[in-house]
Amino acid sequence: MSTPFYVSPQQAMADRAEYARKGIARGRSLVVLQYADGIVFVGENPSRALHKFSEIYDRIGFAAAGKYNEYENLRIGGVRYADLRGYTYDRDDVTARGLANVYAQTLGTIFSSAAEKPYEVELVVAEVGSEPEGDQIYRLPHDGSIVDEHGSVAVGGNAEQISTFLDQRHRDGMSLAEALKLAVQALSRDPNGSEREIPAERLEVAVLDRTRPQQRKFKRIVGRQLARLLEADASASTPTDAPSDTEDGDGADTPTATADPKSAKGAKGATDTTDSGGDVE
Amino acid sequence: MEANTRSTGRLPAAFLTPGSSSFMDFLSDQAPGMLPGNRQTPPMKGAIEAPHGTTIVAATFPGGVVLAGDRRATMGNMIAQRDIEKVFPADEYSAVGIAGTAGLAVEMVKLFQLELEHFEKVEGAQLSLEGKANRLSTMIRSNLAMAMQGLAVVPLFAGFDVDRGRGRIFSYDVTGGRSEEHGYASTGSGSIFARGSMKKLYREDLTEEQALTLVVQALYDAADDDSATGGPDVARRIYPIVTVITDEGFRRLTEADSAEIARAILERRLEQPDGPRAALL
Repeated sequence: MSTPFYVSPQQAMADRAEYARKGIARGRSLVVLQYADGIVFVGENPSRALHKFSEIYDRIGFAAAGKYNEYENLRIGGVRYADLRGYTYDRDDVTARGLANVYAQTLGTIFSSAAEKPYEVELVVAEVGSEPEGDQIYRLPHDGSIVDEHGSVAVGGNAEQISTFLDQRHRDGMSLAEALKLAVQALSRDPNGSEREIPAERLEVAVLDRTRPQQRKFKRIVGRQLARLLEADASASTPTDAPSDTEDGDGADTPTATADPKSAKGAKGATDTTDSGGDVE
Repeated sequence: MEANTRSTGRLPAAFLTPGSSSFMDFLSDQAPGMLPGNRQTPPMKGAIEAPHGTTIVAATFPGGVVLAGDRRATMGNMIAQRDIEKVFPADEYSAVGIAGTAGLAVEMVKLFQLELEHFEKVEGAQLSLEGKANRLSTMIRSNLAMAMQGLAVVPLFAGFDVDRGRGRIFSYDVTGGRSEEHGYASTGSGSIFARGSMKKLYREDLTEEQALTLVVQALYDAADDDSATGGPDVARRIYPIVTVITDEGFRRLTEADSAEIARAILERRLEQPDGPRAALL
């Protein structure tokens, strides 16, 4: 009779975490940003029908990276939780914080239960407030921890690099077109530093727009509206910090040639954000 | 019922089990006591006294449909409420007006709205108008036991059929029997008078404004002959609730717009108490 190998709890957890992280890294990253009128979700998704972002409740949106069947399961669980809660009490009693807690508990229990394989998902739960100060964004990694985020979040395989990029450039009160452009810029950077172009038809974009007259603030941005926003940005942003010419350059130049203006732009962007950050604080 | 399990805070298995896209199905598994039709009432003699909503009218016009309701709720001979709201948006492209036991009807509408929204969120697509009408039928049928005790709910459902590009009206009986109405329809105690009024005034080529006036005329005629239907209350500034559904979605007329139509009609009725007349031949 063979005796089972002893595996220390630390090692077991590390193995599970690595397993989950690898699974998540196989999918594409996505970003969630605050902008002046709400929160925008941007991701690369070749599918029209299988969404990465969706509505959970009036003011609450959901984004997920990783294994589709697992996050779809969690998404539907969240919709059921929110609808049941809203029906039992009141629509105002459904909050992102409550939902994030339930997700954290669920992911945490699954992660630490030896009988189940850990979920290979990373979630974002966002709620748009009536004022920008009321916006809430929670990031939920595979292990059930919960992180309260501000400004911008990236999840998925390449999240760390994208987060750093966004942290340097994101500022409060961006227009939707600006935020969208920044998100696309962040997503099109490969881990090795080179850039590739993501065509508009491969982008999935959704917003939680606090200015929407309806009670339900979630809206997908598709087709012409998306194209218009991406275009509007290219022309409108020239006076401010001209990221448009970098994009134009991307198409024509070789990756090595873009590297230089990119780094210059990056440095400029960084000073810009620190300036504006100083203003805000 | 709380939405989480007490033990771990994790979403219960039922929440994460793939299954029906219907919130009602979920509710009947998880919290059957919360379904409106599922309540056991003891057998008793006579009808239960509860506020009743009275008259709802609807009419189609090329490009959409208009749904309106008076504001009175009665309990026997008494006016229970002067400013009750009996017309509600069901989702973006449909609305429901309710006559019958007010308490149950409002609850039914709340569940119906949630049912449509839940389906939309889970499936990522809206139900067809036909599908929505059938769902409402099921809900009325589940209320049959209560209806037998005098607590009937008889709604009128109107919506814009996006696939066919026109407004449609569905009426119901207490058993959940559903029938599509062509042109105009009414429900509730004043419905016979409202129907007579619309029968004489309705044309197929009404404009939106004419259709709006038509339904308010019909409500006036219903209030004129049915004591349970409330007419426009000028002294208290309580006017009918009037809604329009077109390809742009659901819209409720503002208090001021609704007042303007009602006042114009009142003005004319001072000279001509029986209102506009149809040509004799």
